[in-house]
Amino acid sequence: MDWAYLFEISLTGIASGGLYALAALAFVMVYKATRVVNIAIGEMLMAGGYLFFTFAAMWALPLWLAIPAAVLACGLLGAVIERTMIRPLLGEPPISVFMVTVGLSSVLIGLVEMVWTADQRRLPEFMPSDPIMVGDAFLAPKVFWGAVVAAVFIAAVLLVFRYWRGGVALRATASDQAAAYSVGINVPRVFSLAWVASAMLAAISGIIVGSIGGISSSMGVFGLSVLVVVIVGGLDSVLGALVGGILIGLVEALAGAYLGGEYKLLATFVVLVVILMARPYGLFGTHEIERL
Amino acid sequence: MRIGTLKESYVADAALFDSRTQHAWLAIAAALLLLFPFVASDYWLYMACLVAINVASATGLNILTGYTGLVSLGQAAFMGLGAYTVAILQTRYGTPFLLNLLAGGVVAMLGGIVVGIPSLRVKGLYLAIATIAASFIAHFLFANFQITGGTAGLSLPPARLLGVDLDTSFRLYWLIVPVTLLMLLGAANLFRTRIGRAFIAIRDRDISAEVLGIPLLRYKLLSFGLSSFYAGIAGGLWAYFFRVVTPESFPLSMSIFFLAAIIVGGMGSILGGILGAVFMTMVPELLKLVVDLLPGGAALAVFLSPVRLVVFGALIIGFLVFEPLGLAEIWRRVRRFFHLWPFRN
Repeated sequence: MDWAYLFEISLTGIASGGLYALAALAFVMVYKATRVVNIAIGEMLMAGGYLFFTFAAMWALPLWLAIPAAVLACGLLGAVIERTMIRPLLGEPPISVFMVTVGLSSVLIGLVEMVWTADQRRLPEFMPSDPIMVGDAFLAPKVFWGAVVAAVFIAAVLLVFRYWRGGVALRATASDQAAAYSVGINVPRVFSLAWVASAMLAAISGIIVGSIGGISSSMGVFGLSVLVVVIVGGLDSVLGALVGGILIGLVEALAGAYLGGEYKLLATFVVLVVILMARPYGLFGTHEIERL
Repeated sequence: MRIGTLKESYVADAALFDSRTQHAWLAIAAALLLLFPFVASDYWLYMACLVAINVASATGLNILTGYTGLVSLGQAAFMGLGAYTVAILQTRYGTPFLLNLLAGGVVAMLGGIVVGIPSLRVKGLYLAIATIAASFIAHFLFANFQITGGTAGLSLPPARLLGVDLDTSFRLYWLIVPVTLLMLLGAANLFRTRIGRAFIAIRDRDISAEVLGIPLLRYKLLSFGLSSFYAGIAGGLWAYFFRVVTPESFPLSMSIFFLAAIIVGGMGSILGGILGAVFMTMVPELLKLVVDLLPGGAALAVFLSPVRLVVFGALIIGFLVFEPLGLAEIWRRVRRFFHLWPFRN
């Protein structure tokens, strides 16, 4: 057993887990506020990555403009999705809304392939490329900086939703819709807010993920790992998203290193099945699942 | 309840097809199906076989999702199980193909029951995600097992029936379409039995169903099993139709295709499964036709596969938002309109 190697792998795993945590946060936000399971989260990530690609590489905008532009554009996309597809289905069974997001993911993939073709693209480099050494262990600089950015944004989101009025409204809606209505919170607007914020977070993680591994129309597979993360953590738990993200990042890195690359997804899904069998509400989720 | 359909006996009331108009239409449909292979071109025969396979699989998914209310995104994986079983039996042991088909169905059924076990503890969306996991695990097994031929897959000889190789669409038509019809008949009749009624009760409210004395776990697993049995048979037919089976043949997008088919067609309706599968199989072909008609069609051909994805997704969303009961409901409205026509405005 090579402990240094294990340490190095684990470090990479935890760092890439940070990205999972950020994307999972985007998912949890929508789920908490609107009870919608957004299976298209990976595709929204992809949309963010491609928008950034358009602004930064095709229109050659400077970075400080391209990143906010991509994030805002993705937020707009979130608003449009909420308004045209999710809100008409308010009050419908959750399964219908779930299947709408399945359709949405297909539409997004198709649009991306139409506009940007299915080829893999590389995002412009914007992260420092000096190797990062933690003790004796080497950590790929992109992964490290990606994790740092993700951690910063996660902290920012947590703070914003703790203290900002809109964030409080969102949490109030999440805990009790009727009560939120009765104290004068505009619940449909909170739903929009949740989708916009989630899409913007997805865009940020899409940009990071894309700059690490490149963007392609099959990037949505990342979203499947995110789904596993949120299920492991508990669909409605922010803490769960963070812990689950790091856990899944670790599992993937270890499986990839010791078993081989093709075992990565397998390992995540095996974790998923085990969690579903043993603790279906996840590590920190609300115990609300009816057991029959 | 329609007016103008008077029943005088319980037998007539319980009949699967209860009106004379229906009998007439069925007779016409049967005649058309019989005549079709003799007049249609190879292309249309090919499409007919593909449609029939998709109808069989969509009907299976409809049993699970439409009638029992358990969303599954693993239908393609179960088809893969059936197809691989058939391919392995055919190439390694050369057993008769009807036996292979049946074995394919049974293996897929066992797979479905295993995947359905989480339904003991979770339902709804959790279950849907568990089926995604199942389809990835299945893909991994197909790609990494020795017996499945790895990523290269397996190719198999044509099925042989009474000394005739079923190697053209014309010959396969006589295998695929009757099997599909048989399966449709089985599904339609299933919902006149205790088991089918139990499925519907579970879909409408599982707690009430339990109170009514329906053992939930057993019936949910049964529903999974039946649904994947259909998928397995469809997969077996698929294997004999394309004669090569690879891990990439049954991607997640295929499961989404079947889910789209039953949403577009109408969940919880046998006719809906048929209409949806026919419609969704023909959509890409229609798109191809449109692209060919447009000026500069050749340049547009690269857009065909993304446009298909967009159209699939848009159809799912559009039908869920505007017509949640699907094509079957539209058909029912049309039928109602003509039922007493012209004596009603």
